[in-house]
Amino acid sequence: MTVDEHTLVLGVETSCDETAAALVLGGDDVISSVVSSQIDLHAEFGGVVPEVASRAHLESLNPVVARAIVEGGIDPSRIDAVACTIGPGLIGALLVGVSAAKALALAWDVPFVGVNHLEAHLYAAFLEDTNLQFPLVVLLVSGGHTMLVEMRDHGDYRLLGRTIDDAAGEAFDKVARFLDLGYPGGPAIDRASDAGDPDAIRFPRAMMDDGLDFSFSGLKTSVLNYVRREPDVASVDVAASLQQAVIDVLVHKARRAAHEVGATGIVLGGGVAANRLLRAEIAAACAADGIGAFLPSREMCTDNAAMIAAAGWHRLRAVGPSPLDIGAFPTMPLLDQALIR
Amino acid sequence: MELHTASPSDTREVAAAIARLARSGDIVLLTGDMGVGKTVFAQGFGAALGVAEPMTSPTFTLVNSYQCGSLTLHHADLYRLERTGEVADLALAELAEFSGVLLVEWGEAAAATVRDHLEVHLDVDDADADALDEVTGRTIEISAIGPSWAQRYGRLTEALARFAC
Repeated sequence: MTVDEHTLVLGVETSCDETAAALVLGGDDVISSVVSSQIDLHAEFGGVVPEVASRAHLESLNPVVARAIVEGGIDPSRIDAVACTIGPGLIGALLVGVSAAKALALAWDVPFVGVNHLEAHLYAAFLEDTNLQFPLVVLLVSGGHTMLVEMRDHGDYRLLGRTIDDAAGEAFDKVARFLDLGYPGGPAIDRASDAGDPDAIRFPRAMMDDGLDFSFSGLKTSVLNYVRREPDVASVDVAASLQQAVIDVLVHKARRAAHEVGATGIVLGGGVAANRLLRAEIAAACAADGIGAFLPSREMCTDNAAMIAAAGWHRLRAVGPSPLDIGAFPTMPLLDQALIR
Repeated sequence: MELHTASPSDTREVAAAIARLARSGDIVLLTGDMGVGKTVFAQGFGAALGVAEPMTSPTFTLVNSYQCGSLTLHHADLYRLERTGEVADLALAELAEFSGVLLVEWGEAAAATVRDHLEVHLDVDDADADALDEVTGRTIEISAIGPSWAQRYGRLTEALARFAC
């Protein structure tokens, strides 16, 4: 099939706790994007519960897809392909989306495209700014991932650095739960930090000048040790000091990565990219270095299906459809051979 | 047995000593609060089995698997499940059945579903608690539950003798 600016892709996303569907035309024109979050459902448990997530996806998926089609104001016969996240994520959650997307593709007799969720995050920025110039450095930070990727062209990536233990968002989640600040932990730390002093406690900045990999497990331990030793410390000061430590490392390494590869700019992606201090400090660092800072809206940084449809459009054009017997891959890496030509 | 480690590298060594005695079908449950060194233990355990890549936290993915020679190390994390009674859905014991060694963080919740296992409980060492610097000392309590580790307990005690309290 010809894949061009008239190709309309339905994207489906169910890898974690958002059920999402979107219609994207020509790889970058978002016709509709619907996200149904399970955050309220998981808040009482203080985290995503896999079986709860799968059941919720099962209930939400049909209405979410229907709403994306109705809001897009198109007839389903106009859809040219169905793209869906096949990994990484929770296996039970992934399978709900993959099965539904394959069924839709089969029923409509259009191609099915399996998409890597991490690769899709790299595309989120292109949906809001179609003039981005390669090479770019993408800082992808969420509850499950922390990585720096050089994007040399569409489909051409190089992993520059990644966490060797915990993700940055995981450090926020776990400390927020320990301090009883609420779920999800990222926004809770962001909010609490407003009232705290970021210089109150000097937490360690691990591996600051040691390559482009990250390590946040020791920082988490250091925060917990501190609070156990000083139980009367103000939670807001702990939150603000933790946030500053994490963001110092993220910004420092993103900036060095951009310098090393001669990037035209730094792109943020993933749920932690909604953090206000991270956005402000990346913007300031890029301005100082004379490169672009591409900060997608909160809606595009967090899980959504528009980025899945966009990545699906690029994959369809470069590689073609995926076989219908392709499975779901819970620990799929960004540079997965199964999806590379 | 009860052990004392003075630093993360000590804890890594204890983990390595256990890993060197591990064999296919083994289950090791790690218990203890947040920040007591479960990640450090897991890294030491994996390195001794021959895992070359970084062992990242399985909190999000629930289980990460690593091929090390003829063995597969399954590194699981029940942090998000411990309060929900969904542990049985993961079918942990089945993971270890085929040439696998299963290491479970936040393993408390799995103790009832796996019969034969080694339990490793980590805790901050109170003796160091009033030190001004970072508290790096840990107590590690190891118990063999069921026959399979009981047979190796003597060799394990010997290998860990220098950390004994």
